[in-house]
Amino acid sequence: MSDVVEKTLTALPGLFESQTGAAKITNRLRQLIKSITELTSKHEEENLIKRELSAIKEQVSSPNTTMKQMREIMVRAMYCEMLGYDASFTYIHAIKLAQQGGVLEKRVGYLAVSLFLNEGHELLLLLVNTVLKDLQSTNLIEVCMALTVVAQVFPKDMIPAVLPLVEDKLSHPKEIIRRKAVLALYKFYLIAPNQVQHIHAKFCKALSDKDPGVMASSLHIYLQLIRESPDSYKDLTGSFVTILKQVLGGKLPVDFNYHSVPAPWLQIQLLRILSLLGKEDQSTSELMYEVLDESLRRAEMNHNITYAILYECVKAVYTIHPKAELLEKAARCIGNFVLSPKINLKYLGLKALTYVVQHDAKLALQHQMTIIECLDHSDFTIKRETLELLFRITNAQNVTVIVEKMLDFLCYVPIKTLTFAPDNSWFIQTMNDVFSIGGDLLQQDDPNNFLRLLAEGKPEEDDQLRLYAVESYLTVLKGHTSHLPQCFLQVMSWVLGEYAHLQESVDRREVIRLLTQLLDQRSVSSETRVWILSALTKIPEGQTDLILDLAESLSSSQDTVLRQQAQELRHLSQDSQLREWVLVENSCAVDSSLSFLDGFVSEALAAGAAPYKPPHQRQEELSLNLEPYSFSLPVSLSSCSITDRQSPTLLSVSSGLSGNSAELSTLILEGVKRVWGKDGYLPQKEATAPPVDEPSAAVQPASQQEAAERIEPRPEPSTQNQDKQQLASSLFVGLGVGSSVSLVRKLFYDGFTASLRGNVMDCLEARSTSVCHYALLMDDPHTNVSLTGTVSYQTQPGHTNTLPFSGTLSTADFIRPLVVTTEEYGKLWLSLSHDVKQNLKLLTDAGDPLRTTLNALKDALQLHVVDIIGSEGIVACRLLSGAPCLLHCRVNGAALAMWLRSPHPALPDFILYHCQRALAHH
Amino acid sequence: MIKFLLMVNKQGQTRLSRYYEQVELGKRASLEADVVRGCLARRKEECSFVEFKDYKLVYRQYAALFIVVGITENENELSIYELVHNFVEVLDKYFSRVSELDIMFNLDKVHIILDEMILNGHIVETNKTRILAPLLALDKMAES
Repeated sequence: MSDVVEKTLTALPGLFESQTGAAKITNRLRQLIKSITELTSKHEEENLIKRELSAIKEQVSSPNTTMKQMREIMVRAMYCEMLGYDASFTYIHAIKLAQQGGVLEKRVGYLAVSLFLNEGHELLLLLVNTVLKDLQSTNLIEVCMALTVVAQVFPKDMIPAVLPLVEDKLSHPKEIIRRKAVLALYKFYLIAPNQVQHIHAKFCKALSDKDPGVMASSLHIYLQLIRESPDSYKDLTGSFVTILKQVLGGKLPVDFNYHSVPAPWLQIQLLRILSLLGKEDQSTSELMYEVLDESLRRAEMNHNITYAILYECVKAVYTIHPKAELLEKAARCIGNFVLSPKINLKYLGLKALTYVVQHDAKLALQHQMTIIECLDHSDFTIKRETLELLFRITNAQNVTVIVEKMLDFLCYVPIKTLTFAPDNSWFIQTMNDVFSIGGDLLQQDDPNNFLRLLAEGKPEEDDQLRLYAVESYLTVLKGHTSHLPQCFLQVMSWVLGEYAHLQESVDRREVIRLLTQLLDQRSVSSETRVWILSALTKIPEGQTDLILDLAESLSSSQDTVLRQQAQELRHLSQDSQLREWVLVENSCAVDSSLSFLDGFVSEALAAGAAPYKPPHQRQEELSLNLEPYSFSLPVSLSSCSITDRQSPTLLSVSSGLSGNSAELSTLILEGVKRVWGKDGYLPQKEATAPPVDEPSAAVQPASQQEAAERIEPRPEPSTQNQDKQQLASSLFVGLGVGSSVSLVRKLFYDGFTASLRGNVMDCLEARSTSVCHYALLMDDPHTNVSLTGTVSYQTQPGHTNTLPFSGTLSTADFIRPLVVTTEEYGKLWLSLSHDVKQNLKLLTDAGDPLRTTLNALKDALQLHVVDIIGSEGIVACRLLSGAPCLLHCRVNGAALAMWLRSPHPALPDFILYHCQRALAHH
Repeated sequence: MIKFLLMVNKQGQTRLSRYYEQVELGKRASLEADVVRGCLARRKEECSFVEFKDYKLVYRQYAALFIVVGITENENELSIYELVHNFVEVLDKYFSRVSELDIMFNLDKVHIILDEMILNGHIVETNKTRILAPLLALDKMAES
């Protein structure tokens, strides 16, 4: 197609050039520039450009327009586009100019093309032939400009057409051509990496080119390649180090200097490459210590550009494998920056510090005072960077201060910080500030996250938080509300609807009145109105008159959604039976095993439906993004909230037991994968609580009790159970919560039945006793073991009596303390592979919550508390002559973060379960 | 990475704009207006970097003309600040004391110079002799 167009264009007449015509056009450009400088209003600008565009249109279509004139026209078109007006009718003429113009016109044609057309514009196809022709030109300037435009905009699909020509240029005698060819290849690599796969060796040649400019351009490619896979280029570290040494040593020609600093931007590029190579790699890092040291030392000149290099150098030192001496120098360097009176340097120092505190928080301590000063700095940018720095060093001790500072600033509080909240009232008060000041600037997720936090808490513990929220919001609503942001109103109405009933002393009519008042405000958006109406629906019955009034007044609203909701509200308030059915109070009980779907699923499976596949498996098959919509807001009328428990963000304040389904649903949330493997349910049944062997000696003396032997497993799951497991495993693979619950229930109810059988003794004297000892060991943990047995005896020959007995044992009965030292614990910890983490309730009723909690666990479960250091404690136990389990406990806000490890895959889950029970019963 | 480079005067009029990442024509004017407002609002003693949407702006003032560069967070602000000065030094060398009008009357040449220095948002040449070489060659050919 391009051939045709090119011919057509060539056929266009217009090759004369009259002197007067050229002068006139030059005047036109002059005139345009003059008019542009004299513009006083947008309106004038519009008129001017409109006139200009129509003049251009007329000229480009005139057959008498010369290439020289066309060049001026292009510049005028550039002006029009620069001011934001569409001049797309000139694009084709830009291409024509590149095709047919003399050298200068050609360059302007190419320039216009690169300014006007973006990658993928179809007109670019018309450029391909021109580029091909110019690449083969004997005029170096033409080759140069063709290479430039190829590196700027070139249709991806046409790369193969020019690739061989560009590759050839890599060995061109002129450095500028080689340099531009490398840059063109870099561009190709960016847009179509597969196309240039075969020429990696040539990149390497460019890197060792004798011309520093060519070498420098190849660094762009290498930076990109190394960023993508640092491991493949470790062998080049030596080369980069040598190049940097040469640059530092002043080996480059003087014209590469900028203010007497040798090739500063090249140095920066090399430092970036080195830091990528040395990251988490000690041996590679060792190769560059010397040159980094030299770089830190050389950059002592007092000029901005040396500081720019220093900054990059400091970042490199902190990115690669650490070396104390360098770190010290780099830290001193940051100190100089931060303390500098030059504001740009101070900024860079703060930025470096922000980067560095992620590796070494102590450095921030050294500069505390400067940081505090910067927080109150009049410069917005400095302040903002300081807050960024503070955000990185937030912890439980400093959260109140830091958040206060953030609020002062612009109410930019990442809610994540608030996981450290010291107490309820502070938390709610701060959130009120955040919502009312930050309001609609907040990220969409923030109010949602906040509500989740409120909704997910345990009823007894977090009711206090909720109560506080209710009280606080009622106070807010009684004041002026017109200035409050919509999202805050939404949060308040949801909370009031949900939790107002918790507060006995609150008059419900008052709540309804306050909410209704909001509806009357004009500033309240219709989305918020929906929230408010939902809240009103949830407030318990008994106020029918108020509700009816409201429904009546809304029934004529122009908003259909509101009308609909008002209608629903009216119906619900009049029909208490319906209401009860729709709005189940406190309906937190969630059937998280989804057992109500069992029938449906088995039917579907029977009908040939594919079994459920977990997301990670599906992702392997298609590359669609299947991330769960985890931040949905519980806007539904009922108060039940099925929330995503795996959300890592902010649950540590309230994680723990949820709702009324307490015990079972909060078991083993994270450890589930141990029990439910990739292929579904990992059968545990054949593992045993072993029935005790028939001892060879009829009567076993007490001293021999430990000699009891283990017995072979004896699996006996019923076929019905097997089916259920199969269904479960196809249903719940990868579904965290559901699977754990159903598993534990099963173990809980079914238990495992072991029988003790033994021949006892021949004869027992009257009134004497005989003691039989059996040892029962547990290889694999089970929640419950039922013990049944019978004692048969004969009081007289031929007359047998049977005496049944039974008992139930749980895992807890098999747990014994494991006495180890802290060192042994540490070693053992590292050697164990299966781990589970979970937040547990912290017993806060005594002065030392951690010690109290651990002691409670110790008493209930015979654990051994190895050590308690600060807010962390380590505890060890083992199954009776079986696998050990180590527990690492850390106080995390109001919860106890527990991390368990054991060589046995299922043991941590069971111990966790018993810990939860023990704490719940405490 | 460099996202765009603008030359704007104190009145907020754009004298040159180069985008290294596609921005729709219709959105450029308002973006440029915002950028200028952001820079003009700052006082002399404040630092030369401003946060702006997803970018950082690095700006430097020469008489009535501002040169503003939009960069990504991972870029080194101070090195860009000096790059701007290098650019101005190159213009000075070519136009022998460059003025706003020089830039306006030679928009194409200023673009050609810039193309040698920045390509696809990367700094590709900072050696003044080499930056000017292609343009000087063009001038020579046009004369003859």
